[in-house]
Amino acid sequence: MKRKALTTLAIISLGASLSGCGGDSGPSAEEAATANGPIDIWYSNNAEEVAWGEAMVDAWNAEHPDEQVTGQEIPAGTSSEEVITAAITAGNAPCLIYNTAPAAVPLFNKQGGLVSLSEFDDGASYIETRTGDRSAQYLSTDGEYYQMPWKTNPSMIFYNKDIFSAAGLDAENPPLSTYDEFLATSQTLVDSGEVQAAIWPAASSEFFQSWFDFYPLFIAGSGGQQLVENGTSQFNNPAGIDAAMFWAQMYERGLTPKENYTGDSFADGVAAMSIVGPWAIAVYDDAVNWGVVPVPTPDGVSPDEVSSFSDEKSIGMFSACDNRGTAWEFLKFTTSEDADGQLLELTGQMPMRTELPTTYPDYFAANPDYEVFADQASRTVEVPIVPNSIDIWQTFRDAYSEAVIFGEGDLQATFDEAAQRINDLAGEE
Amino acid sequence: MTVTAPAADPQTNERSRRGSRHKAGRQRIGALFIAPYVIFLVAIFAYPVGLAVYMSFHDYFFAAPGAIVERPFIGIDNYIRAFESPAVRQSFGNVAIFLVLNVPLTVVLSLVLATALNAAIPFRTFFRVSYYVPYITASVAVVGVWLFLFSGGGLVNNLLGPLAPQPSWFVNSTLAMPLIAIYVTWKQLGFFVLLYLAALQNVPKELYEAASMDGAGRLRTFMSVTVPGVRSATFLVTLLATITGANLFTEPYLLTGGGGPNGASASPVLVMYQEGIQQGNAGYAAAIGILLIVAVLMLAGIQRLVLGRK
Repeated sequence: MKRKALTTLAIISLGASLSGCGGDSGPSAEEAATANGPIDIWYSNNAEEVAWGEAMVDAWNAEHPDEQVTGQEIPAGTSSEEVITAAITAGNAPCLIYNTAPAAVPLFNKQGGLVSLSEFDDGASYIETRTGDRSAQYLSTDGEYYQMPWKTNPSMIFYNKDIFSAAGLDAENPPLSTYDEFLATSQTLVDSGEVQAAIWPAASSEFFQSWFDFYPLFIAGSGGQQLVENGTSQFNNPAGIDAAMFWAQMYERGLTPKENYTGDSFADGVAAMSIVGPWAIAVYDDAVNWGVVPVPTPDGVSPDEVSSFSDEKSIGMFSACDNRGTAWEFLKFTTSEDADGQLLELTGQMPMRTELPTTYPDYFAANPDYEVFADQASRTVEVPIVPNSIDIWQTFRDAYSEAVIFGEGDLQATFDEAAQRINDLAGEE
Repeated sequence: MTVTAPAADPQTNERSRRGSRHKAGRQRIGALFIAPYVIFLVAIFAYPVGLAVYMSFHDYFFAAPGAIVERPFIGIDNYIRAFESPAVRQSFGNVAIFLVLNVPLTVVLSLVLATALNAAIPFRTFFRVSYYVPYITASVAVVGVWLFLFSGGGLVNNLLGPLAPQPSWFVNSTLAMPLIAIYVTWKQLGFFVLLYLAALQNVPKELYEAASMDGAGRLRTFMSVTVPGVRSATFLVTLLATITGANLFTEPYLLTGGGGPNGASASPVLVMYQEGIQQGNAGYAAAIGILLIVAVLMLAGIQRLVLGRK
């Protein structure tokens, strides 16, 4: 018995001691900040971004024989965030990742995984010049940039014109600007028997799902508020309750199903609408006769005043990087006006750059479908970059699932309770 | 009279020495043979459990190597938080429902099927393979089929018509967990049937002959010969079904979109994943894990008391 206890103690002690070990054999942060040499980068695994990433790497490598960049798709995993977390912990994260979710930045930073871009002499000024006022949304609570705002997919409502016409609705100017109009249109669509659902966002409980149902409408309805501002929850204010009530009615009336669809409900013609970004144009162009409108607001406002969720992806520089001088130069190279133009051309996603339509007039003249998204891109709102960001979103999603999707309990009381917990989380360091 | 102790037989002494050396040599060889498994056990099980215990008493999160981060000792705060968390309590309740359904179903169905498949029935090999196929098929693929069957507009609801449950199976807080329990029972059945089939080969044929001569019918023979004859296998099946069931993750993650509806099918491991991996609260997740280990050990102890006694 005594031996067993000693053995257990030894194992626990071993665990405790090993857990404190660190294996950082690279240069110090100060040395790395200016060091130049080969670097690794990861980019997203969709074909368009891979093509863009490879083109960038080839162009850079041709001019920088001593600072070669090796690019690869982000390794497969349940989500990019989990892969990046594992890479940070293992110490083998690449220098740059072109798929960093802003919501995960506080966690990566807490792990000691990110490099502050503000530490580069021209770091903050470069970001602010390129992104304009929106860059403030990407500052962490210590006032530094741990991410480079890179590209956005502003959320809008895609609708299937053929289904709208078949249901007797005006397919060119669909009544979708107010909550009441949206509900009535949805009812007409489902009652017509043309579709099973008016719109079918995922009803599952992953923390990020609220970015694609509640959050765009809350942003639009509140005039551009974030879920949490100055450490205080905003979603339980009248605009948040209105947006939640809207979705609650959609679920209650059976206009939006409470279970997940296993395929793409919009492409399959099972749902008449979808909340998407400009990536959807390339995906649905051949499959659906689509139209696009801003997300609805409680009383309807002019489309050029509607804000929406950015669905933005940033570029993160990771602390495992030994040659941060090269990494910073490569980051600027890949976010230059030319590189952003190529990104737009190849992917249709909007660079986080001011004055997109006037910077790339030829592109938007040739691709007018994208212009409405470019306009929306200038009025996007990000997730709050606060401590425990993912914890906060999970807390919100749980409350939303309970009160909105499954209609249990009092909505205001459930949101107030969640708001209190979220205030506590946002206040932690 | 003087009694003299017999002189030690030199041959006996030599044999004894040889025996000791042989024994010692055999132990060294034995130690060498078991070393890989001991190393595996320490590296894969003992060290992580030890580390999990350490993490559970700290405000622990995963950090970059060399990063200067604070992970202070916080005593039993993580455990208190776990006990106070409605989500954690609900997840343990959910998995209890799962085990209450899954373990008896597994034991009964696998024993009955194994007995049937052990008899001389037509297409016996085909049936043996058929029951094993779900076990070796990737969960993701099988889950896709079950979603097709049990979704709102799925085959089962179409067959049931007006009798279909509202809300539908996987979004019904009463039915979601039982359906997952049935799914897991079906998927794992092949493995447990295999265990019972092996155990059935060790039941003496004479017992069946004696029962037959005594006029026992099929049911009596099954209850009085087969069930006691595979008692050790039943203990093993119960134990394994409990352990695998307590570690439920894939099914609620995929079938009910992350433990829905509204947490009704969330399992402790799913909550651990959300807290530890997604939200970076590794210390808290470790505390939930340790509580799960303790709960499973307690269940295993009870099972051993009930089923494992000679």
